[in-house]
Amino acid sequence: MKTTPLLNIFAPESTPTRAIVDLSMLVLSITVVIFVLVAGLLVYAIVKFRATAANADREPAQVYGSTQIELAWTIVPILIVLVLFAATARVIHAIQDAPQPPGAVEVTVVGHQFWWEYRYPAFGVVTANELHIPVSDPLRPRPTFLKLLSADTDHSFWIPQLAGKTDLIPNRVNRLWMDPHRTGVFLGQCAQYCGTQHAKMLQRVSVDTADEFDAWVRSQRLPAIEDASTTAGRRLFETTACINCHAIRGTVANGRFGPDLTHLMSRDTIASGAAENTPENLRVWLRDPDAIKPGSLMPAMKLSDVELDALARYMESLR
Amino acid sequence: MTSDVMVIPSARIDAPTWGETLHEWVTTVDHKRIGVLYVLFALVFLVVAGIEALVIRIQLMYPHNDFVSPQVFNRMFTMHGTTMIFFFAMPILFGFGNYLVPLMIGARDMAFPRLNAFSFWLSAFSGFLLYFSFVGGSGLYGAGSAPDAGWWAYAPLTARAFSPGSSNDYWTIAVLVSGFGSIGTAVNLIATILCMRCPGMTLGRMPLLAWLYLTMSGLALIGITPLSAAQLMLLVDRYLGGHFFDTQAGGSATLWMHFFWIFGHPEVYILVLPAFAFISEIIPVFSRKPIFGYPVMVAATVCIAFVSMSVWAHHMFTIGMNSYANSFFAITTMAVGVPTGIKIFNWLGTMWGGRIQFKTPMLFAIAFLFQFLIAGLTGVIQAVVPFDWQLSLSYFVVAHFHYVIVGGILFALFAAFYYWYPKVTGRMLNERLGKLHFWFFVLGFHLTFDVMHVPGLLGMPRRIYTYEPGRGWDTLNLIVSIGAFIQAVGLLVFVANLIVSYWKGARAGRDPWDAWTLEWTVTSPPPAYNFATIPTVASRRPLWDLKHPEDPDSRYE
Repeated sequence: MKTTPLLNIFAPESTPTRAIVDLSMLVLSITVVIFVLVAGLLVYAIVKFRATAANADREPAQVYGSTQIELAWTIVPILIVLVLFAATARVIHAIQDAPQPPGAVEVTVVGHQFWWEYRYPAFGVVTANELHIPVSDPLRPRPTFLKLLSADTDHSFWIPQLAGKTDLIPNRVNRLWMDPHRTGVFLGQCAQYCGTQHAKMLQRVSVDTADEFDAWVRSQRLPAIEDASTTAGRRLFETTACINCHAIRGTVANGRFGPDLTHLMSRDTIASGAAENTPENLRVWLRDPDAIKPGSLMPAMKLSDVELDALARYMESLR
Repeated sequence: MTSDVMVIPSARIDAPTWGETLHEWVTTVDHKRIGVLYVLFALVFLVVAGIEALVIRIQLMYPHNDFVSPQVFNRMFTMHGTTMIFFFAMPILFGFGNYLVPLMIGARDMAFPRLNAFSFWLSAFSGFLLYFSFVGGSGLYGAGSAPDAGWWAYAPLTARAFSPGSSNDYWTIAVLVSGFGSIGTAVNLIATILCMRCPGMTLGRMPLLAWLYLTMSGLALIGITPLSAAQLMLLVDRYLGGHFFDTQAGGSATLWMHFFWIFGHPEVYILVLPAFAFISEIIPVFSRKPIFGYPVMVAATVCIAFVSMSVWAHHMFTIGMNSYANSFFAITTMAVGVPTGIKIFNWLGTMWGGRIQFKTPMLFAIAFLFQFLIAGLTGVIQAVVPFDWQLSLSYFVVAHFHYVIVGGILFALFAAFYYWYPKVTGRMLNERLGKLHFWFFVLGFHLTFDVMHVPGLLGMPRRIYTYEPGRGWDTLNLIVSIGAFIQAVGLLVFVANLIVSYWKGARAGRDPWDAWTLEWTVTSPPPAYNFATIPTVASRRPLWDLKHPEDPDSRYE
């Protein structure tokens, strides 16, 4: 039984997000103390020094300032700033400049309007929208290091429980790492406005045990399953514009604009998390992508019902 | 007696026709009329951008709501942000500056009255240009479409590949032209404050409002220039085949971010310094004490201006700058909190030991103090870079900057309206409606923007037209939307008060608040020439000296 996925930034499940929560608790306590002090003084002044019938007829003492008091409320904040800065710089360095250990998993993330491409160069695996990474035991860390790229506009990678966000920017290579401490599904979504369907550029990260992860990699490396009963759908796929954008390894389809479909059925969702991967949703999506995700770049192919059915059955065979 | 009565031609007694009135207002170079034009123009856009905000909030009331399409939603938040910053906040603050600065420094007009009118009409024209995109923006198929790239218009969304129509050009040119208007007014305010002060008013005796407008205008010159340059570069990209920001041809998306935010962060202070200006005039009068620590307040203002020019990349902590750059912008951002804190402490010091009167302007000023304190503290929180990697681009940031702009700047503006409306119109705003407006707005504001921080902490990014159910965001968003409608009711009460009091309000007289600065020495509304004889001042509070000849300020300064 998997736990309900959270996106709460105060429920960290990795080393960097834990460091962030620790730091944020320090900052929050300092700011709460400042707030209580200053707001308390304001409330006191408002109540204590309000105009009453008793003092209505005379002006209060005219005070112009006080150098000592000014110095006090200049120096104390400066000291607080120095403390905050030291704590901040330490955590920036610890997270951002962490060296990549030899056993780390490397993933290249490419942001697209409006989906995620995940490439594992060491394993020869390409997939989309649902990232699989191994769990990392704090005693024997096996972190995942992500190389963040963009194919079009700016995007931002954000799984609140696993890592703070980092943007994917065209013509720029950014890095991000995370070492999830427990298995399960973690959710997130694109955080940088990237166009019409920014809202439905959702992310799922499946953190697997080492064995599960290895098994997943092995299955993803296989070419697409050939099934004689779906030849009609496959022929349709290969003779329409589908192959301009999509790749299915082991076939002539090698487009790069859309998600790799070689193992489509191994994914829980379609349309970058906008819908569950069910036969009904798949048919709705193939018939008219705008019905699920208006503004998505996938066109409606104007298929007849027979063609739609054949194509959907071919998709469903891609396990 | 009869012999020395001047015979007045009857034509002069007739009220001017509508046409004559219109002609007078359109051709005016009087700083007070231009100030009023700025304010009215800005209020129209406040209502328009408020309606856009309501569309956004209706759409986000429920998960998977389909009140508007994603395309329309994206236009709404782009237009809401652009309008509120460039066509509400900037013009209304310049409007108040235009009206008040010459009166408060004892001048008869701004230094360059015709430039003043020109700047206003540039701003007005650019606002209409932006909104013309709704009919003339030619989207993909020739349909009108408003800009939809967000109010930062990040590259490469603005490149021709991603924004093929001309809606984005309306945005670019509108912001560019309004920038020229702002530069004109900034130059004018600087020249006026430096050169037009009445005899005796040294820089050290200027009202704090004049100091804050002087600093704000300097910042505007420095901040708006790179924005204008970037807009021109964007036009070169789009029409002359340039590649500054066109990433598909090797351009740089981060270059635009730097250009935009080196404007964008000083802009926050361009907007908030006038708010500080109003608060620094209103709190002393309603506490019945002079401002506490005047020289420190001036120093803190100038300090904020300088430091605010080195904090811009705190909007960019997620773009992958190296750890040294991140650390630099963390410390500068935290440092700007120090002079800002000093200001809050000095306002507190002004109230301390005073005799505080809870008139409507003071109510808004007090709410400003609490809200701006919170906004400042959440700002410090976001200067903590690793924490900001979680908070940036989420609803927490949206809540934070609305806390600054609504809880801080808009509340200060309301305070200023209630304080100076009697001077401008000769009538008091209704106190009961004012308090009703205040409580509606406080309630709505806190429902909306206190609660809005939370979905950000729960992982909700900004600028999404809809969201998935079951993430703990649903109820929070519903509350936020309800708060928005309560604010809208408060705003309606305010507009009603402005209109009703113009005819029905109690007569104000010259000095309804028993205040101390020069604008209260002249009639309400002031004559066209402001001062029959230019006043001479001996202290920061010339009217205090007049009213208390036994204990004048000039003895202590």
